[in-house]
Amino acid sequence: MAEIKKATGVIDWLDQRLAVKVLAKVLMTEYWIPKNINFLWAMGVVLVVLLKILIISGIFLLMYYKPDINLAFDSVNYTIMQEVEYGWLWRHVHGVAASVIFLVIYIHMFTGIYYGSYKKGREMIWLTGMALFGIFSAEAFSGYMLPWGQMSYWAAQVITNLFGGIPFIGEALVVWIRGDFLVADATLTRFFMLHVLLLPLAIILLIAVHFYSLRIPHVNNQEGEEFDFDKEAKKYQEGRTKESKVVPFWPVFLSKDFFVVGVALTGFFYLVCYHYNFAMDPINFEPANNMKTPAHIYPEWYFLWSYEVLRGFFFDVAGIAAMDIGLAAFGFANVIFMLLPFLDRDTERVAPAHKRPLFKYWFWLLVIDMIVLTVYGKLPPTGPNAWVGFFAALSFILLFVALPIITKMEAKVGGEK
Amino acid sequence: MREFKILAVVVFFTGLIYWGVEPFAHSQMHPHVAPADFAFKDLGTNTKVGDAKVGAETFLSAGCTGCHSLNVANMPSPMDAAAASASFGVVPPDLSTAGLIYDKNYLSALIKEPTKALKVQHKFNEEKPHPMIAFYGLGGDIDQEIADIVAYLQSIAPKTLSDKEVFANACQRCHDMKYDKVFSATDKKTLTAYMGTLPPDLSIIIRAKSYEYLEIFINDPQKNLEGTSMPRVGLTQKAQEQVVGYMEKVGDRKKAEREDLGYKLIGFMAIFTFLAYLWKVKVWRDVH
Repeated sequence: MAEIKKATGVIDWLDQRLAVKVLAKVLMTEYWIPKNINFLWAMGVVLVVLLKILIISGIFLLMYYKPDINLAFDSVNYTIMQEVEYGWLWRHVHGVAASVIFLVIYIHMFTGIYYGSYKKGREMIWLTGMALFGIFSAEAFSGYMLPWGQMSYWAAQVITNLFGGIPFIGEALVVWIRGDFLVADATLTRFFMLHVLLLPLAIILLIAVHFYSLRIPHVNNQEGEEFDFDKEAKKYQEGRTKESKVVPFWPVFLSKDFFVVGVALTGFFYLVCYHYNFAMDPINFEPANNMKTPAHIYPEWYFLWSYEVLRGFFFDVAGIAAMDIGLAAFGFANVIFMLLPFLDRDTERVAPAHKRPLFKYWFWLLVIDMIVLTVYGKLPPTGPNAWVGFFAALSFILLFVALPIITKMEAKVGGEK
Repeated sequence: MREFKILAVVVFFTGLIYWGVEPFAHSQMHPHVAPADFAFKDLGTNTKVGDAKVGAETFLSAGCTGCHSLNVANMPSPMDAAAASASFGVVPPDLSTAGLIYDKNYLSALIKEPTKALKVQHKFNEEKPHPMIAFYGLGGDIDQEIADIVAYLQSIAPKTLSDKEVFANACQRCHDMKYDKVFSATDKKTLTAYMGTLPPDLSIIIRAKSYEYLEIFINDPQKNLEGTSMPRVGLTQKAQEQVVGYMEKVGDRKKAEREDLGYKLIGFMAIFTFLAYLWKVKVWRDVH
C-alpha cells in the first residue's frame, strides 16, 4: 500500500488515493495535439457536446415517455410537448441534436478522409469511428420509432423488411427482429430497450476505445507531417511554445474548441426554436396507422445516400432480381467505408487530398456522388429520377472499386511534397 | 484565411444538401396547386337579393328542419345524436351559425346542388344519394327562394364566434380535438362507414401540415388529396383562419414560449461564443 500522509488539501487528498495529478497530466495538460490544425479538428469535441445534449435531453424524455403502441404517441405529443414544463424544449433539443449530430459525424468523417487520417497507424481510429457510425445509425433508427407516428411505423416496416432479403434465414430473421410477424408492440418495446440502454452503452464504450486509439498514433495535422511528439512536447515544456509543433489538450486545444462549440450551439438553438421541421418530420405528427401508407416513405436525411444505393438498382439483371442486387449494393455501401484504410494502397503517404495527384479527384467525386444520392434518395423514384439514382449508385460502387487502383498508381508516381 | 475557405466549403455543401432534401424535395413530392379560392368561382353567383323575412317562411316550407336544428330560433334537432348518426351516417349540422361562417355564394350553391358544392360527386350519385337532398324550389323563382333562405340564415347568425366555436360548427361533426377534450357527437362506427375511414383527430394537425397546405386543403380538399371523402365545407376566409387559429392553439400550445425562449438561448450562446473567442485569442497568443 502506498504511504498515505496527512493531506495538505482536497487535491492532495485525492492525489494520494487516485493520482489525480498524473491523471490530469495524461488526459489534459500533457496530452499533446499538433498545432497545425484548423477548425475541422474541433468536430470531435462538438460531437461529444452534442452527445451529452442527447443523453441529458433523453433522460428527461425518458421520465414521461411510455413505450406502448397505445400510449406512445400521446405521451410524446401531449404529455411531453404540452403538459410537462419545457417538455417541448427537451424533445426539440433531442430531435434536432439527433439530426445535427449526423451532419457533424459526416464532416468529421470526411475530414478524416481528406487529410488521410485513417491510415499508417491510424487504422484503429478509423475502424472504431466507423463502428460508432454504425451504432449511431441503429440508435437513430430505433429512436425514430419511439413516437409511433406514421413515419416511425412505416420506416420500421420498410427497414426491418430489408433483412428478409438475406438468403436462407431472411424470413425468420425479420420475425426475430420484430418479435412479431408485423411491426407491433413487441417491436416498439425492444427498440425502446435498444435505444435507451444497449446502444447508448455500446456508444459510450466505443467512444472510450476511439479516444484511446488516438493516443499511440497521435492526432494528424493539416499537412500530414510526421514528427517526434516527445521532442516537440519537451520544447513546449521548456517554454519554447511558439517554436513547438504541439499544444496541450488543455487549455490550448480546448480553448479553440470551446469557441467552435459556441458557434455550433448558437446555430443549434436557432434550429431548435425556429427551424426544426428538417429534423422532426411533420408526417410523424400523424399517429401510426397500419391501414394508411404515406404517399412518400423516406428515411431521415442522413440515411438517404445508402437508401438510394439500395433503390438505385431498380431492374433485374441476368435473372437476378432488382431487389437482391439493391440489397447487395446496400450491404456494400454499409461496410465499404470501414475498409477504407485497406483500400488505399498508397500506404506510405499521409497527406491532404489536395497534395495527392489522383486521390483529390476521387475525394470530390465521392462527395458529389453522395450528395446526388442523398437528394435523389428523397425524391420519388420515377422516370428520370430512377436513372439518376441508378447511375449515382453505380458510380458509388465503381469509385470504391477504383480506389485501390488509383492509389496504387499514386504510390508509384509520388505526389508533390 | 484558410479557415474561412474551409468554412465556405463546409457551409456550401451543407446548404446544398439542405436545399436538396428539404425545399427541393418537397416541391417535387407535393406539386404546386392553385391557391385557395374563397369566392368559390366554380359555383357561379346567385345575383338575386334575398329577403330575410320571406326567407324565414321559405326555410320552414323547404323542409330544412326535417333534419337540421336551428337552436338560435328554438328549433331543436328532430333526432338525438345516436339516431341521427344511424340515419345519416353523420349528425346534420345545426344551422344557427351557417350564415356567419359559410360563404354566401357557397350556401346558395349547396342548397341547390349539395354534392357539387361539397365536391363529393365521386362518392354520391343516384344509386347512392347524398343524405342532404337538393332543394327543388317551392314553385317560384328558385334562385330567389334560395337567396331568401341564405339572407334569413345570415340575419339570425351571431355576429362573432370564438375560434373554438367555429371549429365546433365547421369541423367537429366528424373530427375530434382530443388534446382539447373536444369530441365529435357522431357515432364513430357510423361515421367510419359513412366516410370510408375514420376522419383523423386534429389535435396536432398543425404540426403535421403546413399553414399553406391547410389553407388550400380546407378550402378545397380535392386539390391536394384527390378522391378524399372529406367534403368542401365552404368556409369564409375569416372563418377558415379562425379554424386554423384554433388548431394552432391546441396543437402548438407552446409556440409563444418557444419563440420567446429562442432569443434567450441564442443570446446566451452568442455571449458564450464571444467570451470563448476572447479566451482562445489570449491562450493562442502565447503559442503562435
